[in-house]
Amino acid sequence: MQMLRIEDLHVYYGGIHALKGISLEVPENKIITLIGANGAGKSTTLRAICNQVPAASGKIYFEGEDITGLPTVDIVKKGITLVPEGRRIFSNLTVMENLQMGAYARKDKAGINQDLQKVFDIFPRLKEREWQVAGTLSGGEQQMLAIGRALMSRPRLLMMDEPSLGLAPLLVKEVFRVIMDIHKDGMTILLIEQNATAALHIADYGYVLETGTITLQGPGRELAENEQVKKAYLGKA
Amino acid sequence: MSLDVFLQNVANSITLGSLYALIAIGYTMVYGIIRLINFAHADLLMVAAYIAFYGILVFTLPWYVSFAIAIVLTTLLGVSIERVAYRPLRSAPRISVLISAIGVSFLLENLGIVALGARPKPFPRPEDLVWNIQIGNISFLSLTIIIPVVTIILLIMVTYMVKKTKMGIAMRAVSRDFETSSLMAVDVNKVIAATFAVGSSLAAVGGIMWSMQYPQVDPLMGVFPGLKCFIAAVMGGIGSIPGAMIGGFVLGICEVMLVGFMPELSGYRDAFAFVVLILILLFRPGGILGENVVEKV
Repeated sequence: MQMLRIEDLHVYYGGIHALKGISLEVPENKIITLIGANGAGKSTTLRAICNQVPAASGKIYFEGEDITGLPTVDIVKKGITLVPEGRRIFSNLTVMENLQMGAYARKDKAGINQDLQKVFDIFPRLKEREWQVAGTLSGGEQQMLAIGRALMSRPRLLMMDEPSLGLAPLLVKEVFRVIMDIHKDGMTILLIEQNATAALHIADYGYVLETGTITLQGPGRELAENEQVKKAYLGKA
Repeated sequence: MSLDVFLQNVANSITLGSLYALIAIGYTMVYGIIRLINFAHADLLMVAAYIAFYGILVFTLPWYVSFAIAIVLTTLLGVSIERVAYRPLRSAPRISVLISAIGVSFLLENLGIVALGARPKPFPRPEDLVWNIQIGNISFLSLTIIIPVVTIILLIMVTYMVKKTKMGIAMRAVSRDFETSSLMAVDVNKVIAATFAVGSSLAAVGGIMWSMQYPQVDPLMGVFPGLKCFIAAVMGGIGSIPGAMIGGFVLGICEVMLVGFMPELSGYRDAFAFVVLILILLFRPGGILGENVVEKV
């Protein structure tokens, strides 16, 4: 079943035609990745799904329901959570408070505590730093917190915008390991990455975005072998 | 100065400091969340005082009913001002919202003059709340105790709310990042409205206690206390709630002591606050507890 379906989405962003009619599908329990150069429209796609930027035309369906133009808050409540680019943790709040914010829309105390435990199992470092102000965490820890915070909303679809950006190679590996772990637990993931090699490696299916248009698509491994993709995004001739 | 007079001054300064602290919180909370100096905040004192005044005198309600109505209506007014005058300008440049705030302030003041008359009216002090206390040679009003006690209770409540409750955490999150807050399914407008509600209700309590302590009401009564509480908030570090509390007390105490120790300077009482403001802005622009952060572009 298709969890998310985008049909012919157009977005204008600061006077630029940022998305020129893209269509894509995210099936349940899969990792889908969107790769492309800077400014290709990857972040804009995710922001449009959450209605942080308005769609000029086109449709976005989530679990069969048209969510185009719904307020961000309602979209999040339906089960789509975005780990935004640059982490955007609340640096003035403690680690614990950040995680509580992730669960803001939820009322099931028992479930929240259960998920909190789960997040601490995935990221023991966060447990150690539970009462620390988030702004004092290292870059890697902040990324863990951003992912943990997103998980606290118990999303049906987790979208991640460049989770490995600006991290040391060892931490990049760690982030991808975590993404795989979360996925194995049954999470549907839409992933944007500059690190196209790693992203295509773990993705079930990938889309290549070029200046607002999808130019290529296919199973992750196939794309990774594609000559064009290799040349443009994988740094291999 | 004799000990009696000194103690008298201490009592007065704490009372004034309490009132400043209570009102300064409204400025700092609103600034913290939408980066606006809410000039209309000062006039909420006046509105609360007038509602209490009419409740007691015209509608002959018991003081507590009248005070309760004044607090509720003032809170509603504070929230409505945000809804009508600030929210439509959410994505406008900050200066537009500031101008809107000044406009609301002028509107309330002049509406007050037209509708209620510019002449100050004596505020009816409820006998249940205001009586004389005599200890040795010092005599003081019960308000000297009531005002700081009420203030401290409210300050503790606000601190608890902001630190521990879900809404308080959301307020701090929204103050840092609107967009990401909405990604957490936080209704940003609701959180901002709640912030205005808290600030306005504190201003209402402050206004009522102010008009009991200095028992008269007039349509411009909020202007000077408002400016001074704004200074107190800046002094403590605008955006910081403990800062506003400290700033309020420090300013109130300094002001009364200045007049107490140097009566010949009492004419400069109001000027003193502005001198403090200038010094703070020159030497520690972030305030006592504020972070001296570089403005983000």
